[in-house]
Amino acid sequence: MTASSGDGRPGRPLRAKPLRARRPVVDPPPPASDARRPQAIAVADDTPAPDTNEPTAAEIGDAVIFARGLTKRYGTFTAVDNLDLAIRPGEVFGLLGPNGAGKTTTVLMLLGLSEPTEGFARVVGLDPAREPIAVKRRVGYLPDAVGFYGGMTGRDNLRYTARLNGLPRPLAESRIDELLSDVRLTDAADRHVETYSRGMRQRLGIADALVKDPTVLILDEPTIAIDPAGVDEILALLRRLVAEHNLTILLSSHILGQVQSICDRVGFFSAGRIVAQGRLEELRKLAGGGAIAFEVGADGDPAAIEGVLRGVPGVSDVAREPGDRPRWVVHAHHDIAAALTGALSAAGHSIDHLRRRGEDLLEIYRNLVPEERDGRVG
Amino acid sequence: MAASADRPGGLRSWLDRVAPARRTEPRFEPGWRVIAAKEVGDHVTSVRFLVLLVVIGIAAAVPLYFASARIRELASQITSNQSVFLALFTLGPEDFGFLRADTFVGLFAPLLGIAFGFDSVNVERSEGTLPRLVSQPIHRDDVINGKFAAGLAVITLVLVAMVLLVSGFGIIRLGFVPDLSEVLRLGAWVLLTVLYVSFWLAFATLLSVALRRAASSALIGFGVWVLTVLLGSLFLLQLLANVVAPIPAQAFTEEDVNAQIRAAQTQSFIKRLSPHTLYTEASRVLLIPIDPVSSGSFTPATIEEAIQAQDPRRYLASRLSIEQSLLLVWPQVVGLVALTTVMFAAAYVVFMRQEIRA
Repeated sequence: MTASSGDGRPGRPLRAKPLRARRPVVDPPPPASDARRPQAIAVADDTPAPDTNEPTAAEIGDAVIFARGLTKRYGTFTAVDNLDLAIRPGEVFGLLGPNGAGKTTTVLMLLGLSEPTEGFARVVGLDPAREPIAVKRRVGYLPDAVGFYGGMTGRDNLRYTARLNGLPRPLAESRIDELLSDVRLTDAADRHVETYSRGMRQRLGIADALVKDPTVLILDEPTIAIDPAGVDEILALLRRLVAEHNLTILLSSHILGQVQSICDRVGFFSAGRIVAQGRLEELRKLAGGGAIAFEVGADGDPAAIEGVLRGVPGVSDVAREPGDRPRWVVHAHHDIAAALTGALSAAGHSIDHLRRRGEDLLEIYRNLVPEERDGRVG
Repeated sequence: MAASADRPGGLRSWLDRVAPARRTEPRFEPGWRVIAAKEVGDHVTSVRFLVLLVVIGIAAAVPLYFASARIRELASQITSNQSVFLALFTLGPEDFGFLRADTFVGLFAPLLGIAFGFDSVNVERSEGTLPRLVSQPIHRDDVINGKFAAGLAVITLVLVAMVLLVSGFGIIRLGFVPDLSEVLRLGAWVLLTVLYVSFWLAFATLLSVALRRAASSALIGFGVWVLTVLLGSLFLLQLLANVVAPIPAQAFTEEDVNAQIRAAQTQSFIKRLSPHTLYTEASRVLLIPIDPVSSGSFTPATIEEAIQAQDPRRYLASRLSIEQSLLLVWPQVVGLVALTTVMFAAAYVVFMRQEIRA
């Protein structure tokens, strides 16, 4: 039974749609996914209520990861609330927010490991709730606090993943060798993972996520519990991988400063909602309301310095910061750093501190999410 | 969809035909088999496996050592072409009748199931490998199916090794050679034992799914074993049966007799709720063929009759045919299958409903 079989409109093209689906006469084209269920089957079983709100191909566009109204509730607690997301091919998107904001839940829904309560997700054009296997075939995932089988070598752990992905053995071996050298674990590859350091495990985790040669990489807290040098190394590795493998990356983090250098776009997550998303510059503007603030510190008589600062053209306000060393916050409408230094040195004060505020994500985040001032985001 | 690229393969291909929506891409090896292969490798190389092999070996060898004198004596009485091969498994020393291989297996084989199942899922959780595992292109149930299959394979390996060890001892040291019916009986007994142990494996898997800590899972599994198998077979089940359905001591009228019979039936039902009872009953019928001739023209109709008619002195006469024995143990086998299925289904459902994140 199709919509056109009994409605007495012979001119209408035959479409396999359930009768209940009252859609506009001009149907948008179906999503560009080849692996969707055959429509005849969708008609045959009536159980899944036809959802007229499914995202259309036009809506999804070329987004590799797409979500609309994605919601996850556990009882009365809403872990993810009405999430909208669209990540384009080749983009590095940072999902930023404190622990418990719903980042991992979002990631699990995108992987089909958790059913959304409401809303839609499309990953590489597929619905993860309906076709988790096909999605998981194309998406590499580095879980939060990734674990390995300690009694097996690093190489054997990767081999296991390769087998689970059905890779033929010769291909798997060459790819594993390549990835191990990419993450600089070739020397440690045949040691048991239980002897690995946290950073080594994390790098092995990245190699593990890449074994299936994914088009999308989802990294949950890739820099957690790693020392600063290790973080730099992992970020450098990711940067190189993005360039080499042409990957789309979604990464989540609660340490904003660590990942801002590699994110093309970021979304700030708070209590299950994305409170702001966009490119860094856009967010800076959004957070600062168009104004710019400088932190200034200089030697000399505080009153005199304040006078000099107020005299610089373009300055809208000067405020003295509390603290043992004299510091001022200078508000302006455009970048006046050069004018500030010029005026101060002309007046004979040597500058010991000058910093533009709102440069890093932490400050942007604090401006956008005022209730998160308890330091958890730092 | 490239359906032609799919290899035909038992349950999976049947499932694909029944529920084609499940399959989205051709796969070359089902996920549960990959997981099972890895788990078997882990088990076989583990210290746990070696320890259990030694323990089971000792458990089989000790009764054998004590019983060999009695078996020789029994063998010397053979007049016809009857063999006493199965007595290797069913005879213990005169003073400690319970010290025989089949009783030992009934008591201690559950530990095999618990040992290979109690940490199957919770360790994946605590080590953080579960999210990585289920994010591979496999179904979530592949994890629990693969682990159960691996446990079953290893348990079968251990039991077969033990039976071969004892048989080898009998053949080489005592000179007994089994005939076909004895081989069949032994094979059926091994299958029955695997089924019995798989109940405990399913139970341990349920514990490993439901309890986050492997230590508590092991402790509870061990406690339940002590309670139902050790204490249960000693007195606990009988005590429970006596409390629930006391058998009237005296019978004067026909109604009294009927009441006695009803109470006795209730009692045996209660005892059979324990897989150990089911296993012991079926095990004895399979391993000790009774002698219909010396019991008159009597052919046992129920398993109780068969067990009550057993007497080591009757070994030498003709015996119940293997078909009849299998027929007698059928209800017990079905009971064990049902209990195992319920246990595994519980583990399966709980696992599928759990959130992946720890």
